[in-house]
Amino acid sequence: MSLVSRLAEKSWETPGASPAVGGSDRPPAAKVVLVLYFGVAAVLFGLVTSAYLMRMGMPGMGHGEMGGWRPLAEPPLLWANTITLFLASFAWEAARISARRGRQAGIWAFSAGLLGIIFLIGQLMLWRELVAAGHGLRDDPAAAFFYLITALHGVHVLGGLYFWARALLGLGAGPGVALRIQLTATYWHFLLFVWLVMLGLFVAT
Amino acid sequence: MATIADDLTPLHHPKTWIGKYVWSQDHKVIAIQYAVTAVSVGILALVLSFLMRLQLGFPGEFQFIQPDNYLQFVTMHGMIMVVYLLTALLLGGFGNYLIPLMVGARDMVFPFVNMLSYWVYLLSVIVLVASLFVPGGPTGGGWTLYPPQTILEGTPGASWGIIMMMASLAIFIVAFTMGGLNYVTTVLQARTRGMTLMRMPCSVWGIFVASIMGLLAFPALFVAAVMTILDSVAGTSFFVPTIISMGEQTGHEGGSPILFQHLFWFFGHPEVYIVALPAFGIVSDLISVHARKNIFGYRMMVWAIVIIGALSFFVWAHHMYVSGMNPYFGFFFATSTLIIAIPTAIKVYNWLLTLYRGDIHLSVPMLFAIAFLFTFIHGGLSGLFLGNVSVDVPLSDTFFVIGHFHMVMGVSPILVIFGAIYHWYPKITGRMWNNTLARAHFWITFLGAYAIFLPMHYIGMLGVPRRYYALGETMFIPDSVHYANMGITIAAGFVFAAQFLFFTNMIWSLFRGPKADPNPWGAASLEWHTPDTPPAHGNWGDKLPTVYRWAYDYSVPGAPRDFVPQNEPPPAAGPGDVKP
Repeated sequence: MSLVSRLAEKSWETPGASPAVGGSDRPPAAKVVLVLYFGVAAVLFGLVTSAYLMRMGMPGMGHGEMGGWRPLAEPPLLWANTITLFLASFAWEAARISARRGRQAGIWAFSAGLLGIIFLIGQLMLWRELVAAGHGLRDDPAAAFFYLITALHGVHVLGGLYFWARALLGLGAGPGVALRIQLTATYWHFLLFVWLVMLGLFVAT
Repeated sequence: MATIADDLTPLHHPKTWIGKYVWSQDHKVIAIQYAVTAVSVGILALVLSFLMRLQLGFPGEFQFIQPDNYLQFVTMHGMIMVVYLLTALLLGGFGNYLIPLMVGARDMVFPFVNMLSYWVYLLSVIVLVASLFVPGGPTGGGWTLYPPQTILEGTPGASWGIIMMMASLAIFIVAFTMGGLNYVTTVLQARTRGMTLMRMPCSVWGIFVASIMGLLAFPALFVAAVMTILDSVAGTSFFVPTIISMGEQTGHEGGSPILFQHLFWFFGHPEVYIVALPAFGIVSDLISVHARKNIFGYRMMVWAIVIIGALSFFVWAHHMYVSGMNPYFGFFFATSTLIIAIPTAIKVYNWLLTLYRGDIHLSVPMLFAIAFLFTFIHGGLSGLFLGNVSVDVPLSDTFFVIGHFHMVMGVSPILVIFGAIYHWYPKITGRMWNNTLARAHFWITFLGAYAIFLPMHYIGMLGVPRRYYALGETMFIPDSVHYANMGITIAAGFVFAAQFLFFTNMIWSLFRGPKADPNPWGAASLEWHTPDTPPAHGNWGDKLPTVYRWAYDYSVPGAPRDFVPQNEPPPAAGPGDVKP
């Protein structure tokens, strides 16, 4: 039964009319909650993006020139970190495919998490580099947004590492492994997607 | 991942008293923890409001209320009532208690996360209350917390108070997100056999849509809170423009106060409906049960909830008319605001039509439900005034606004909450409350609320500003305003005192109240048909119920009783029907 026909159901006419809605045809709760969380995170990063554009005085955002805004530098490390996150996502996809086919996914999953950790370390180094180049929090609003956005993203990466650890610990623990790896991989793909959008924002402005 | 939608195996069975009542993963215990915490902090907000009234009714008579304190009372009262009481009680309290029982689940789908949600909420309350004791006291920037005022010297709590408030809000949002994800997933995933979406009681629909809205709206406040903390602590200039404070230029440059307002109200307006929608749902159920009649236009009621929820994300800037905006934006937001009146009016008409020719039982929950109709219609109509830019501008900073929003999102949901507590108390505790005390509580609260908030519309129309510690000698404020203020304060005293009747009744009845019938109101929805009252851990014994009908089969012609429970099979099952 489609969602539309379910919502169009005449509730008052239904006694005994095949109430065959159970639990077996539903997707796993963890999958549903993950999709819901993507919605929450999308709003979070969407709002920060709006705030960024408004603060930089983008035409049509209601303010005009705000003062104090200068474009952010783009050090090579920014691109290196992006490639690292790409590789992490690639490794997760390989782990997901392996788990789905019933093959050993351990090495891929392990590498994926390791790449995630390298990405986080890279981001911290990027912060230091930017601060050293004079892009402080106080007098550079673009940099302040960069630190804020990368911190929010970094917290989500830490969350991803938590699920990575859980997935690693659960390897070989029965039928739920494939699902766990699939969901963790999806989460990491989402992190990559968010990062690419944010990167586009930094680079384009 | 194991969930406990449909089997007992993963259900966490506590072995110790602490596991059962403190670190509990049972949704019913968590609901009570949420409710008790929310009501406790709500009492603090109530006391603060009474202190404000003392100052306004009898200016200068109470020396311990100084201008700084007054602004702090205003701020803390507003924020506690809106976020820490109403949101937490309606979603954390009622949401937790009702969702699994009403959809026929054993618990929330993620009980551990649910437990965590409560403890993180408690942490947010502790941080908030701790701000009362930090140097400079809590923030006094008004509940909207607009920068740059909130973080500049001269505003109470500009050093520590605002940081504590913002940190507390950020923690609250983390807690809410954990809870909200659980509520939504439970509704989607853990409904029992036969419980289609369109068989869910309106209470569940209201809580469900409000939870989705909360998940999408609270991130705006989270971002605003983090950025304000950074402006205050790290000297960033997200919101604070180039400004001279106390004769000296601050280090800030180019920040946008309007940006904060957009973020705040992108959360703030949906927040009105995050509070209102659960109340709409609950009151629909109260009216239907106590009028012994199916809710009029069930599908319309559900769709109205959904449409109100969606539209509420497109009206936020009507809170910012006085901040100045492009006239086309003003037109857009005024129009979208007025459009919301359509689904809202549908709901009001349907409540009235449910009552029409119903077998109305004027029980205490029903009294509160009918009282809600009065206050909500009243507050809704004054909202039509304020939704229009040209009318809003002169009224926005006056007591008219105080009267309006207290009627529509203060008194109205609180009346529903009282009605709901009286309604479900026998199921939650297994005891019945004292009817005389409850009726006294109702009449004093209802009439008292009118005595408080109706005159505010009048003094607002005269132009009396809100948030002022003292009005002083001003030509445009006649003596009648001072008398009205005195009268309001006296009425507030009675309403304040009447709440002791409520608390006394609840606590006394918990120990000495007569044993309650498992279904004292003859309700059809699932939560009244648990094997035990109060429901035991796991809710449904060995077997989950099967649902055969909606929750509103009241006064069905030919039925042996005037209600048919949702889990009662039809008399003759045909082929294709599910056997229980």
